[in-house]
Amino acid sequence: MNFTLKIWRQKNATAKGQMVSYNVSEISPDSSFFEMLDTLNQKLIMSGGDPVSFDHDCREGICGTCSLYINGRPHGPVKGVTTCQLHMRSFKDGDTIHIEPWRARAFPIISDLIVDRSAFDKIIQAAGYVSVNTGGVPDANTIPVPKEKSDAAFDAATCIGCGACVAACSNAAAMLFIGAKVSHLALLPQGQVEAAKRVQKMVACMDELGFGNCSNTYACEAECPKGISVSNIARMNREFLGAKLFTEKEKIIQDSL
Amino acid sequence: MLLYSSITKKVLMALAGLFLVTFLCVHLGINLMLLNDDGGRMFTEAATFMGTNQIIKVFEIVLFAGFLLHILFGILVSFQNKAARPTAYACGNSSETSFFSKYMFHTGIIVFIFLVLHFIDFYFIKIGVVAPPPGIASHDFYHRTLLLFSSPLYSLLYIISFLVLGIHLNHAIQSGFQTLGWNHSKYMDAVKFIGSAYSILIAVGFSVIPVYLLLFK
Repeated sequence: MNFTLKIWRQKNATAKGQMVSYNVSEISPDSSFFEMLDTLNQKLIMSGGDPVSFDHDCREGICGTCSLYINGRPHGPVKGVTTCQLHMRSFKDGDTIHIEPWRARAFPIISDLIVDRSAFDKIIQAAGYVSVNTGGVPDANTIPVPKEKSDAAFDAATCIGCGACVAACSNAAAMLFIGAKVSHLALLPQGQVEAAKRVQKMVACMDELGFGNCSNTYACEAECPKGISVSNIARMNREFLGAKLFTEKEKIIQDSL
Repeated sequence: MLLYSSITKKVLMALAGLFLVTFLCVHLGINLMLLNDDGGRMFTEAATFMGTNQIIKVFEIVLFAGFLLHILFGILVSFQNKAARPTAYACGNSSETSFFSKYMFHTGIIVFIFLVLHFIDFYFIKIGVVAPPPGIASHDFYHRTLLLFSSPLYSLLYIISFLVLGIHLNHAIQSGFQTLGWNHSKYMDAVKFIGSAYSILIAVGFSVIPVYLLLFK
């Protein structure tokens, strides 16, 4: 298969970038998108050029490292997969493929197609955890968890933090990511203790980092490689309103924010 | 206002918006009385009631506050959303979303322009800021309406405005529910269906009036 690639090239965070055209030929339909890019990079290296930098790690669709905004869609045209699980058979021979980095103020470009997603780490550091004192390991099943709640928590916890939700959102909002993180902890008994504090801190951190506001277009749900539902955003909104309106000793929480 | 968190802003916007949605239903009910063939007696009576009743007068203030809140927060979040992506994609987004959900700010502006015209045409005349057209008393909404709708151009603009409002509402109603956290597999499909049906009712209901007056009067 032959393709024309239009790729965003940007030397570093401060350099001015632009779309550059490349041709790749004799690509196997069974090769992955990254193997195709590897082929291009090999060609660029051999001809003394600068290879295209892009993020990848496990190439198994579970680590959340890969990104790429392909033909107007994060992770490309196939629903429910990450870019590393995308294969060239999903394109037509002779296609022109546009490849861009995630675009958001909170995700600045490092080089070419690599963006800095540490904004997500900062949100998790703000309160996306449960505090557990060290000590003996409690027996399994001593804390009862209803099956449907553990299922819903697990569905939310499948978020790999890739940032496709932000990339797809017309407002560059991170609500699906935080909705998933808030939900997966709020649904379980271990997450209850810090629930009110957690949601307020995480939302405050999200606002501070310059993500947009949700306008419920649901592009995030459509593009999430893990199929995380926007009902998690509604749950976060409930958690947030509950925390703001009904939590005891609001002042203490305010102080710790 | 700037210091409110994104969710607080959205919730206030949703509450104001859902209040405005209920008000539209009342307004449509009164407007449809224009179709009653009694020389505007029933419509004028209803308009007089809305203009003089003390409880309605209190709600008028709530209504204006609702408009103000919804519009100001709408502008604020739209600018913040624009700032959240300073560099646009070279290849436009082609995710599977409902097309008009991305244009709430644009449809909102068109509805706002109509609202300003509507205020100049009616409310400002009623309170005496704008002089009524010759031969029509400042409280005579019936003949004022007939005069406006006698212009096909005004009628067309009116119908377009309500079409745009219908598009705005089609996304707005279910979106308001989602923002308030009322999303459940049990009723979300019903909310979406009723929201769409309601937006069609509003767009068609208001548009029927100028069409009827142009064709049959």
